Formats: sequence, structure tokens, C-alpha cells
Amino acid sequence: MQLTGESMEKVAIIGVGVEGFRPEIRDLSYKEMVYQAAVKAYSDADINPREEVDTFISCEEDFSMGTSITDEYAPDQLGAAQRTVHTITGDGIQGIVAAYMQIKTGMFDVAVVEAQSRSSDIKTHNQIQHLAFDPLYARQFDAIYHSAGALEKRMYTSEFGVSEEAIANVVIKNHENALRNPNAAYGMRLKEFDVLEAEMVASPLRDTEISSSVDGSIVVVLANEKVVKEKDSNPVWIKGINYATNSPNFDTREWKKAKYAELSAKKAYQMAGIKNPHDEIDVFEVDDTYAFKELQHLEGLGLFEYGKAAEALMNGEFSNKGSTPVNVSGGVLGMGNAHDANGLQRISEIVEQLRGHAGRRQVKGAKTGLAFSWRGVPTTAGAVAILSKE
Amino acid sequence: MELRGTKLSNDEFLNKVLSVTYYPELDYAWATGVAITKFLNGLKEGVIYGTKCNECSRVVCPPRMFCEECHTPMNEYVELPQTGIINTFSLAYIRTDATRRDKAEIPAVIDIDGTTISPSGFLHLINEDTPHDKVKVNAKVKAVWKSPEERKGDITDIKYFDIMED
Amino acid sequence: MKGKKVGMVSVGLTKFMRRAKETPKELAYYSAKMALDNAGITRKDVDGVIIGSAPDAFDGVHQKHEYLTDGSGGFNLPTMRGYVGGGTGVFSPIQGWYSVASGMNDVVLITTEEKMSTIQPSAQAGFLTIFDNMIERNLGPNLVWIFALEMKRYMEKHGIPKEHIASVSVKNKGNALDHPSAMLGQKLTIEQVMNSEVLADPVHLLDISPVADGAVSFVMMSEDKIKEFGIPLDQVAWVDGVGWNVDTTIWTNRDLYYPKYVEKAAKQAYNMAGQKDHSPETLRKWLSFAEPYDPFNYKELHHLEGLQLFGKGEAPRAAFEGVTARDSDFPVTPSGGLLGVGNPIAAAAGMKAAEVYLQLTGQAGKRQIPKDVTRGLAQAWGDLMQVGTVLVMKGGQVQ
Repeated sequence: MQLTGESMEKVAIIGVGVEGFRPEIRDLSYKEMVYQAAVKAYSDADINPREEVDTFISCEEDFSMGTSITDEYAPDQLGAAQRTVHTITGDGIQGIVAAYMQIKTGMFDVAVVEAQSRSSDIKTHNQIQHLAFDPLYARQFDAIYHSAGALEKRMYTSEFGVSEEAIANVVIKNHENALRNPNAAYGMRLKEFDVLEAEMVASPLRDTEISSSVDGSIVVVLANEKVVKEKDSNPVWIKGINYATNSPNFDTREWKKAKYAELSAKKAYQMAGIKNPHDEIDVFEVDDTYAFKELQHLEGLGLFEYGKAAEALMNGEFSNKGSTPVNVSGGVLGMGNAHDANGLQRISEIVEQLRGHAGRRQVKGAKTGLAFSWRGVPTTAGAVAILSKE
Repeated sequence: MELRGTKLSNDEFLNKVLSVTYYPELDYAWATGVAITKFLNGLKEGVIYGTKCNECSRVVCPPRMFCEECHTPMNEYVELPQTGIINTFSLAYIRTDATRRDKAEIPAVIDIDGTTISPSGFLHLINEDTPHDKVKVNAKVKAVWKSPEERKGDITDIKYFDIMED
Repeated sequence: MKGKKVGMVSVGLTKFMRRAKETPKELAYYSAKMALDNAGITRKDVDGVIIGSAPDAFDGVHQKHEYLTDGSGGFNLPTMRGYVGGGTGVFSPIQGWYSVASGMNDVVLITTEEKMSTIQPSAQAGFLTIFDNMIERNLGPNLVWIFALEMKRYMEKHGIPKEHIASVSVKNKGNALDHPSAMLGQKLTIEQVMNSEVLADPVHLLDISPVADGAVSFVMMSEDKIKEFGIPLDQVAWVDGVGWNVDTTIWTNRDLYYPKYVEKAAKQAYNMAGQKDHSPETLRKWLSFAEPYDPFNYKELHHLEGLQLFGKGEAPRAAFEGVTARDSDFPVTPSGGLLGVGNPIAAAAGMKAAEVYLQLTGQAGKRQIPKDVTRGLAQAWGDLMQVGTVLVMKGGQVQ
């Protein structure tokens, strides 16, 4: 594989707009909510979507929106009517990959990526996620979809000896971080007791280890170097990016490790020329849809050997003043589970951090950051982006 | 090229092959937001609303919170006449589940009067008792409403559109 | 053209069937495996997988692309699903193009798959939810309505006789007799089409393509890889131009007689290919043939006009007079199209892209156009009469 990042167009993020995240946004329709995020993103990037954007990508799934062929409803709120638009039925970072590839062809100068979550429009969330299980031999079990997460957690913690206390401390850290993030829905101060004594949803997963859904939308504007210069933008460059799927089946997937993180990170590091991610990257935003996933994903990303991230967490390394700040935004636990918009949540925080706009969350001197998303159970799909100020 | 794939007959499909049956039970409650809430509340009151864009001056229906042409806010609501013309229509004998009707339903795009682009309006039905030779593109139509007690803020608050006699 | 040069080197198809015994994954596997075999490569050589499939409601499977990954050859690989409703089948190879042209992936395996027979009692039920959830669904609309409304507007605007439109069904279902995937190849007369059951006037039963199950796959790769694998150029079709466009959701605020979004997508593709003169006469010489999207017979004509291959309102007469027959100067839908081969949504448009490849590489068998073919176009359409996707390819030895 040739990833000739240097010889072809460089790609940067030049604008981000966030609407939400809140447990429920009922005063705006989904289109109006996305419109608000889009206006903010275009203002940040200083572009007119009707004239200056060459290609648009919306990240949506039919059942999540309650509409078949849901991409029908994507263009207007982005300013994309009668323009080049397509949907990615995946996470926002996959959408960023699609935009990145399109700009790299040299055919497009400016791309826009949008993802949203409208959980409050859905009354039967568990049912929808249940529909993602194989219809012939996995869906017959009446267990709610979190039980697949519970199976993963048990495999992971028992194989690598990860303690419940460590996992509780992921929950505590991320909700605490969210208190400093105005875009986060679930900022709170918890104690170990609050986490560990919570109700078991599907043993060994407790209610408090599972992120709660939110409404919200993020729009991201990307551009090539030419536009960055013309606009005198405040760019954050994409240095490495990739995505991978392990297996959709329960009988062939890797349960203990985050194989999809390993596969996608390997290629992204190669592309970014990163040999030691732990030392070369300053700030991390990684999926923590379930609290244990933060640890497992950091290990899959090669920052720690499997089973070793817990110790670094307990030593305080993951705080915004620590050596390896992780989910300073509050992560999915703190900002709220925006499903396929989670990847753009991660991206938006890295952009804020690298621009030095993160206020009380700011990680001092952050120059390079990593965003990692996972699509949640039952998928084994992950995507990684490495961003840099330089 | 030898192509693969196993065709099933109707009998095989219904009676001979094993199948797993599953009934999705999905419920949604979509927040209708600013513009469509205004529109649907208007229908409840027996009023058809449109919006005007201050940027391009278009008056359009159904109303929106932002102009899809200018990507700027639209917040001037305009009460539109309850009349319009048929932009296009069909005499439809097929239902959503593909079963057949004896008597045609008449879906049509109604181009509502008072809008400044053509067409601008919405999908609705023409009174199915209308003689078919009266249903024509560009025929003038007017909204026929359910009684105020029956109206609930839904597109079906308009019962159908009736052809206006000249 | 910028970016890396990208070639399609093989295709794989299943039969198209009203009801298939195979699961969606199994259909995807059949076509993906065939495409790999025809390219002379294995999954180990693939570094990206693209999946195209239309509404998730047909399968009752959420996150359908994840479900399809193993059948499509995506195990432990980057997999992605781009989605533009009915336009997806042509969009998937476009996505293959940008994946390779960008330098991100060198060899991609693309699968378009649809199984419409799973949903009961009818695939029509899956289409209710394409309509607006706030102001349309409660009217009880169905998919045939929107075609009827668009067809009526098109006919009314240009005063098109129904016979002219019906001739497309005759041509395409006849062409399909020679397609090995076809489920509905047949010899028909215009009268038979005109006299078939009225579903939603002006749409009659034989104006419509049949619901189907099936899958189509492609292998696309960079020029460097084509050389490395030693794939002969007469087995290659180069991507020459691509375009895609989506119009406003508010379809009741558009004049349906003309697909402006198809025009924009087509011009994007022509410009990319360096073809700046968009007059119908020039384009019909530049392209050897076209595979426009024909889920309904009038759509082929509507699209030929949007594609700038005929003037507005001029395609119906041309079709009626035989200008678009397979052995004419400008063959249109030599495959037999959706009308004849069948319409498993994403796979159906995939079949049209595959036809362009097969014709350009001389592999179309009995369907081979009896003249030199150097460049062909596949186009698909979808959403709420809203999407145009256009792929232009040229033969392996064409400069």
C-alpha cells in the first residue's frame, strides 16, 4: 500500500460546528438541529456552503433516523441541495476518511462531513440495536444488546486481569472531565461507590459503565492546502487516517482484544510516520461507549500492552495534566453517546485542543492528537484519525 | 460465465424452505421542530402557512426554518390561500402493501397559490369521487378540511382537495 | 484528470431472482468470489472493501453493511458503505474510484447486494418509510405514486405519447433475453405493455421493473497494480469520469419533468473526462453506448435527457424509432436493464456498471454491441427523485 501523504494534496480540518449535546433536543427538528451545527462550522471555516464546498458527506443509518434511504433528507440543512452529496452508513470518522480520499483525488478542494444523533426521536432504542444482530442465529436471544458488550467485557477483564475499580475510575474521570466541557451532556462528580454499586444491566456491565444517549450534531469542514492558504484558515492537518472491520459474527470475531483498533491504527501510524504513539502523540480521544472500552482501545491502539492501561489510569496519567491525556472532553460517557456522531465528537475535541481553544480542559502544548471511534455492539468497526497542528 | 443463485418458486418460498420470522417493533416520535410545527399547528387551525426568504424573496410551502437555496434563516411566515393547482397527479390503484383498490386514490402535487416558485406545495389527495376526466394538470383546486374537532395538527387535517368549477 | 489512474479489472454477478434461497451474505459471497476469480487475485491482495446496498428495511437489518462485511470479503479489512438510495449501485464503483485514486487503497473489492424478498408481505411496505415522516407518511403513499407523478409531469410537459415510452419496455425486456442474470427477458409488443394492468395511471404493470434478489461485484485497482499483476489491458476498463449530485429533499418544490441533478452529475463526469462539449450530437459520438437507469421505462428516457444525450422531450421519439436499439448507432441499455434483467436495487445499478465493463472488454457475449465500443456510461438514480450518479469508463487501450 502506498500512502503518499507528502507528494499529494495535504488535507486539513478548517472548521467545526457543534449543536448539543443534550439528553434531548425537542425544540428543533433533526434538520434544524443539523442546520445550526452547519452554520457554526461554516462560520468557523469562513466559507459559503452554496458556493465554496465541492462535496458533502452525511453519516447516517436508516433505522437510527426511522427513515428508509435516509440520505434523502441530508442535503438542505447542509446547504447541499443540488450538489455533490453522499451518505456513509458509518461513524463520523469513516465520513472524514471518505472526505479525505475525495480531496486527495485532486478533484475536490473543500469537503463537509456531518453526523447526528436523534436518540430522543427513537422510542425503541434497544429494538433498533437488536436489529443489528444476525437475523438467523443471534437475534433470537431476548437479551438486550448490551449483553454483547457484557460478553466482551468479561472476556477482556478476565483474560487480562483488569479490575472493576480501574473501570470505575474511567467512569469517574470522564464524567468529571465533562463538567469542564460546555458541549457535554453528562458532567458529574462520582465516587467509586456510586459506580460499583449501580444496577447490573447485563453482568458484568453496570448501568454506570454504559454511556447514555444524547441528541446533537457535528459538522466538520475539510480543505486542501490551497484553500487553507487562500482563507488563511486555522487548520488542523490530517496526518494519518484509517478504518477497519474485524468480523460481524459472534463466532469469528476477536472478543478479548480490539482487533479493529489494531488494524486501523497500524495503517494510520504508518501514514503519519509515527513509531511510538504513546510518546509522539500528546492528546487522545478514544471511544468509551462502555467504560472498559477506553482501556481496551488504548491497548489496541498500541499505547499499552493489553491489561496495562488500567495501571496508567490509576496513576493519573490520563488526566488533562497527566502524561497521556485521554478523553479530556468527557468522552462518550461524559459528552453522551451520539452513536455515529461519536467519532466527530472525538475529532472536535482534538481540533479544539490543537488550536488551543479548549479553555479549562486545555492540554498544554498539545501538537498532535488521536481520535478513535467504534460503532458499538454488535459491530467490530473502528476508525482512527491522527491530527496535527503542523 | 456460469452464474450462481438458487431461484425459489412461490411454493418453495412459502412452504418448503426454512425461514426465521421476526416482527420489528419500532416506535419513533420525531420532534417536528420550528417550521413544521408552525405548519401543522396551522393546519389544525385551518390555515396553510408558507415562509418567505429575506435573502432571495421566495415564498415557499411547506415552510422551513432555513432556505435551502441561500442557507440563511427563514423566519417570516406567510398565510397562504387555501387554493392551488394540480402540478401532477396519478390515478392510483395500488396500496402501500401492493394490494389493489377498485376505486382509484388520486395523489397529487398541489402547487399552492401565493407561493413564488412553481411548483411549491405538498403531496396530498384529490377527492376520489371526482370524475376522472375532471382531474387534469393545472386544474384549480381548493382544500377541504376535516371539522375543527377532528383536526389534530396533521397533514390529514386537510381531507383532500376538490376541483374548483370555473 | 488528477489522482491515480484507476481501472476496473473484473466483475462478478449472481443470477437475479424473484426469490433467492441464499441469504444476503451468501449472495454477496457469490459475486465477490467471482469478481476475485475473474481478476485472478485473492482476498489477500485486497486492501479495501466497499459495500453498496439500499434500504435496511428490506432485510430488517440495522447497520446492514456490518452484517454484509464477511460475505463481501471485508473480514479484517477497511470496509465502507456509501449510500445514495437507488443511485447506490453506480455510486459504489465511484467510491471504488476515489478510494484508489486518492492513494488510500490500491486494490478494492466492491459488492452491491440486495435481497428484497425477505420483507413481507411485499417490498412495497419497505418503501413507505422513504416518505417524509412529518407531512407525507400519514397520507399512505407508496413508491409507485412518485413514479406515476413524475411520469405524468414528464408526459404532460412534452406531450409524449404513451407508445413511445412503452417501446423502452419492449426493447429492454428483449435485450435481457441475452443476459445470463436476467429474470424477465421476453419478447413483447407495445400493445402488450400498453394493455397491461394499470397500477397508478399512467404507470402500467409492464412499465415497471421486477423486484428481485441478486448481487454484483467489481475489482478496481491502480494502474501500478494492474501492471504488477500482469492484467492484460483488454481486460481493463479505465474510469474516465465520475459525477454525483443530490437535489433538495423538498421534491414537491421541484418541477419533476426534468432531472437537473442528473444533468449536473453528468456534466461533472464529462468535464472530469475532459469532454467539455455537452451537445447531444457530440456526446453520442464520444460515448459508444449508455446504460441509464431504467426502473420504469420512462426513466430511461428522462435520464437520457438529463445526461444531455438527447434534447429535452426528444428521447421518447428516438427510442420509438429504434435509435437506441442494441444494433443501432447509439445503443442504450444493451444489458436489458432493470426492466429486463431485474431490479435488486443496489445490485441492479451495479449490473449496469458491470455491463459497461463487459461491453468495453468484449465480454458481453450475445449482448456484445456489433460495433467498436470505446467508451460507455452507466447512470443510476434514487432517493425522492433526487439523486444522479454517473460513471464513464473507457476501454483499456483507449487513450
